[in-house]
Amino acid sequence: MRTEQVLEVQHLKTYFPTQKGILHAVDDVSFSMEKGKTLGVVGESGCGKSTLGRTILHLLESTDGRILFHGEDVTRVDRRRLRKLREHMQIIFQDPFSSLNPRMSVREIIKEPLILKGGRTRQEMEEKVEELMDVVGLDRRLAFSYPHELDGGRRQRIGIARALALDPEFLVCDEPVSALDVSIQAQILNLMEDLQEERGLTYMFITHDLSVVRYISHEIAVMYLGQIVEKAPAEELFSHAFHPYTKALLSAIPVPDIHTKRKRILLKGELTSPVNPKPGCRFRSRCPYECEECRKPQELREIMPAHYAACHISRELAGMPDFPKGL
Amino acid sequence: MDHQPRKWMEVKDLAVEYTVEGDRVHAVNQVSFSLDRGQTLGLVGETGAGKTTIAKSILRILPDPPARICGGEIYFEGEELLTLPEKKMRTIRGNKISMIFQDPMTALNPVYTVGSQIAEVVALHQKVTGREAQMEAVRMLEKVGIDGERFGEYPHQFSGGMKQRVVIAMALACGPKLLLADEPTTALDVTIQAQVLDMMNQLKEEFGTSMILITHDLGIVAEMCDQVAVVYAGQIVEMGTAEDIFDRTAHPYTEGLFNSLPRVEGSKKRLTPIGGMPPNPMELPKGCAFSPRCPYAAKKCAEQCPGLRHLEGGHYSRCIKENVVRREKR
Repeated sequence: MRTEQVLEVQHLKTYFPTQKGILHAVDDVSFSMEKGKTLGVVGESGCGKSTLGRTILHLLESTDGRILFHGEDVTRVDRRRLRKLREHMQIIFQDPFSSLNPRMSVREIIKEPLILKGGRTRQEMEEKVEELMDVVGLDRRLAFSYPHELDGGRRQRIGIARALALDPEFLVCDEPVSALDVSIQAQILNLMEDLQEERGLTYMFITHDLSVVRYISHEIAVMYLGQIVEKAPAEELFSHAFHPYTKALLSAIPVPDIHTKRKRILLKGELTSPVNPKPGCRFRSRCPYECEECRKPQELREIMPAHYAACHISRELAGMPDFPKGL
Repeated sequence: MDHQPRKWMEVKDLAVEYTVEGDRVHAVNQVSFSLDRGQTLGLVGETGAGKTTIAKSILRILPDPPARICGGEIYFEGEELLTLPEKKMRTIRGNKISMIFQDPMTALNPVYTVGSQIAEVVALHQKVTGREAQMEAVRMLEKVGIDGERFGEYPHQFSGGMKQRVVIAMALACGPKLLLADEPTTALDVTIQAQVLDMMNQLKEEFGTSMILITHDLGIVAEMCDQVAVVYAGQIVEMGTAEDIFDRTAHPYTEGLFNSLPRVEGSKKRLTPIGGMPPNPMELPKGCAFSPRCPYAAKKCAEQCPGLRHLEGGHYSRCIKENVVRREKR
């Protein structure tokens, strides 16, 4: 079966002017996405993962680069065309409270995109709303409830139903389960998986939770200070991470098993500022392998088939099981 | 459950209720556990289970009204805390027992320097001069990995991870015997969380502090805790050593939590979420609070509320069906 490319991002940059200088929130990011697959984007707060998601939907203005949705550059179309394109590209937000209008009922929230698009009779819209509520597992009797009456899991289901209202094919999911308890989180993750299967949806799944991203993604991109430092198929990334940051990130996850005592790679310091970053690897101030070579810009290179890393020593690291002793 | 003689720290039949719009809600019910010196007890459960209420009851810092401790006893080093005069309680609070909260920003006063906030705790509880209290604050900052020269900086000048270190320094400044840590790393990124957990473990060893760690993250429990109590709808549903909980899971809710977790290790399996939603504390089911969501529930589960059943050693489960989970697991 031939794979169809839904989205292609080329050298995307999103900069924000601040008083201290230019903030490089997304800095030269390129990737492409296949239909029906999930690209997980992981990283810590401030790495630019949400900015990336929003820039792709053109909710934020990009500074440079191209965003091709089925070959059409989202950054260069006029308002009317953009509106049309957005029917196919939707977003699910993290906080299911602040992303739902508290003065609208569940039914009104889900119906709003249908009204905006137009072309349906009132009757057809009501039917569509009921169908969407069934799809996301919301009881029809809740149609006249308001968001504040519902718990986080149900609110997130409303957000998903609204995003699906216009039958999009591409969804940016920005931390959709981070505000939920584990038992509810599992329900929503299963729902999103089922929807993907039934409707052939393509997800860009943004999260800081590594176990969630492994579960939901086919491919994972790890971001650090506005750049993708490693990209690989999900299982491959978890079994052979090459970039020192990815390795440290993976080793930092607390594993719910008392018999695995893993050696943790403790990173020194914290994220440096993305304002006016110096050329070269942005991770180098925290990296245990820092050397002269790291002052040069590091590009994503294919180390193994479909596995990319932006680190000059990743080839060497590929052969090494763990960090050297004493680090 | 009779613990004789008294343990170093013991909570017995604690019950807390809130008054919400005239109705009484049982937030915590029949909660009993004990803790030995130097040990870490994990309180695990989901939002609204009553974990924080239990911890705040120990320090007697629940907002009253609407909350009211309506039953039970809390023993700490031979004293019963719930009947202690407020004046005496103040010599314990922040001194022998201290607490770390989830959000470091709300625990720090934005208009005072971090150093003066730590020194204040020291000066309040120990007979020292102002100068000595300041010296102690600088020493504590360095203990948690912050340069002592940052003594005069304000909370907003620190990052989230650094702020949580300040809060920890403040909580440990008087060398407490018991530390209540309420989701201390939930607001932090994983690499920073790793740093903070590592530091907490080191400090715990150094000071010989016991800890009650509240968390929803079973990974953190596996890493930090000797004893574990799983809390659901205001009750402890399973309690035991970390091995009991992780290797010999007995309660269906605990099993459900494990099955809901996406794993970073092993092969990928479809998640088995717990069906339904946590119960509304205003209208708790008559029998077992978990029975409406329990895959093993029988008719009698909805009729009577099960007591904590002793399984072996220190392992207890609040389920009338013995071995139901363990048999399924095999």
